[in-house]
Amino acid sequence: MDLAKVKVAILGSGNIGTDLMMKLGRSDVLELTSVIGIDPESEGLKRARELGYTAIDTGIEGFLERPELADIVFDATSAKAHIRHAKLLKKAGKKVIDMTPAARGPFVVPAVNMGTNLDADNINLITCGGQATIPMVHAVNRVSPVEYAEIVATISSRSAGPGTRANIDEFTETTSRGIVEIGGAKKGKAIIILNPAEPPILMRNTVYALVEEGTMDEAKIVESIKQMEKNVQSYVPGYRLRTDPIIDGNKITIFLEVEGAGDYLPKYSGNLDIMTAAGVKVAEEFAKNQLAKQLV
Amino acid sequence: MTRDIYITEVALRDGSHAISHQYTVEQVRKVAKALNDAGVPYIEISHGDGLAGSSLQYGLSRTNEMELIEAAVTVADRSKIAVLLLPGIGTVKELKEAAKLGAKMARIATHVTEADVALQHIHAAKDLGMETVGFLMMAHMAPIEKLVEQAKLMESYGADTVYVVDSAGYLLPDQVAERIRALKQSIGVNVGFHGHNNLSLAMANTLAAIKEGATRIDGSVRCLGAGAGNTQTEVLVAVLDRMGIKTGVDLYKMMDLAEDIIAPILQTPQEITRDSLTLGYAGVYSSFALHAKRAAAKFGIDSRDILIELGKRKVVGGQEDMIVDVAAEIAKSKAISI
Repeated sequence: MDLAKVKVAILGSGNIGTDLMMKLGRSDVLELTSVIGIDPESEGLKRARELGYTAIDTGIEGFLERPELADIVFDATSAKAHIRHAKLLKKAGKKVIDMTPAARGPFVVPAVNMGTNLDADNINLITCGGQATIPMVHAVNRVSPVEYAEIVATISSRSAGPGTRANIDEFTETTSRGIVEIGGAKKGKAIIILNPAEPPILMRNTVYALVEEGTMDEAKIVESIKQMEKNVQSYVPGYRLRTDPIIDGNKITIFLEVEGAGDYLPKYSGNLDIMTAAGVKVAEEFAKNQLAKQLV
Repeated sequence: MTRDIYITEVALRDGSHAISHQYTVEQVRKVAKALNDAGVPYIEISHGDGLAGSSLQYGLSRTNEMELIEAAVTVADRSKIAVLLLPGIGTVKELKEAAKLGAKMARIATHVTEADVALQHIHAAKDLGMETVGFLMMAHMAPIEKLVEQAKLMESYGADTVYVVDSAGYLLPDQVAERIRALKQSIGVNVGFHGHNNLSLAMANTLAAIKEGATRIDGSVRCLGAGAGNTQTEVLVAVLDRMGIKTGVDLYKMMDLAEDIIAPILQTPQEITRDSLTLGYAGVYSSFALHAKRAAAKFGIDSRDILIELGKRKVVGGQEDMIVDVAAEIAKSKAISI
């Protein structure tokens, strides 16, 4: 007999939804049953049908008529739509992983604070820059208190969608909050840069951290950073340090690169891959927790 | 006053790069007062990388830029205070703060191909009652058709002026002329030009832009700007006066400001050093010069090698973190080859 799996659905049949579809097909603990969109002709829904999933083309209302299809729902629509979806899904008793910047639920970075959020009914994934850099801020902070952390995320222009572009302040503001609330820095700052070079560049991130005077423990910090790299790699295989961290007085500079898995989105868009990979990781942790409870 | 050309003085913003963002309230007050008294219509003040640019990435400001803006506003009764904002670095929050202090013009700067990130900020600036400029940086990196398309976007968002910004000081006079001409033919709002003097062409480029119809021009007194600096304002005023083009700026007062107030602020005179010449030659963002010099010293390599490599990799404005990254790589490959 197959091991029990928890049923999940994807709301949103765009690029992110389709990439999630590819990733979920490989999960040991999640069973993707359905993809929900609003356009029966959309590429995403066509692909869902081809892969044998239930394709619902009447939006969230269509899903709510068949709530048995999933216990966990990924929302890969938009921040605006999510506000409505969040209420309806909460009422229906579903756990929700919010891929949009709506920030209704607690911020989660799987490598840092998954454990404390297993009972939350709505999880927000902050931003791509946050998913890539907050683990490193935390890795430094768990050794030496971080007074200030600053991150610079550079992504290829092609991987920045119209939503990100029209609302770029949301990225800097939400990421800064995440650096403090989840990374543990006393103060945080985030910068995002779009680079149009062809062929498109991989997502790059630089993390600067200033630790409290007199607390720099170079060997321990580097060790902690390398452990964190492995931890994130366990769910984002293309996540890596570009070089060894550079330490200068009480400042640590960390250079990161994220290559996407190339499931549906191109490899250069590591910024999108890290979001879908983190989403799947959160759902798997939810599922394991739920399955463990059923066994008791 | 009738003016044919409206000058925006950028020494207190672009010039901030040249002095590693160390302006004091006292210096800004003196410079802004002198610019105001000389009749310069717009004075730009912010961190060199725009509002909220103070960072480990670009250099920390000695003084909070809001205090500098406030100081300038209080002494400028004729000139308008402008601020620069790069979406992705600064946000609407800082724009509102600057507007509240009395800034009247918002210049929203994006890479030449990325105008759509400016929509939100141009709209916000308009709502705050500010005059708006769409500032298309690194203009040499896109074909003219692309520049035109992006300028039209800026215009559609409500920009009152669209600038061609030669951030690398790379463009040659003919290239500036064809860009300005293309914009004049395709957009209805004012067209501006911002040059850098890395190839000693800032003045020639500015004149080429004016000849093709640009009416908004950036200058920096005593060339106080990133790289080799910008078009030297006091010289531009003199040249345009000879050409019978009215700027409304008092030449003697500008000269005195340059000599008596700006020169003492400069730690080293603004010259075309080998680093700034390399910026213009390789097409690299002008504010990278000082960072590359520091990285070269740290890794024991030639700063020109860093800049040339950055040019090859098509690095855009704001990617200062690439400098140390590339320097470390060059140092490593040198160590291996030895």
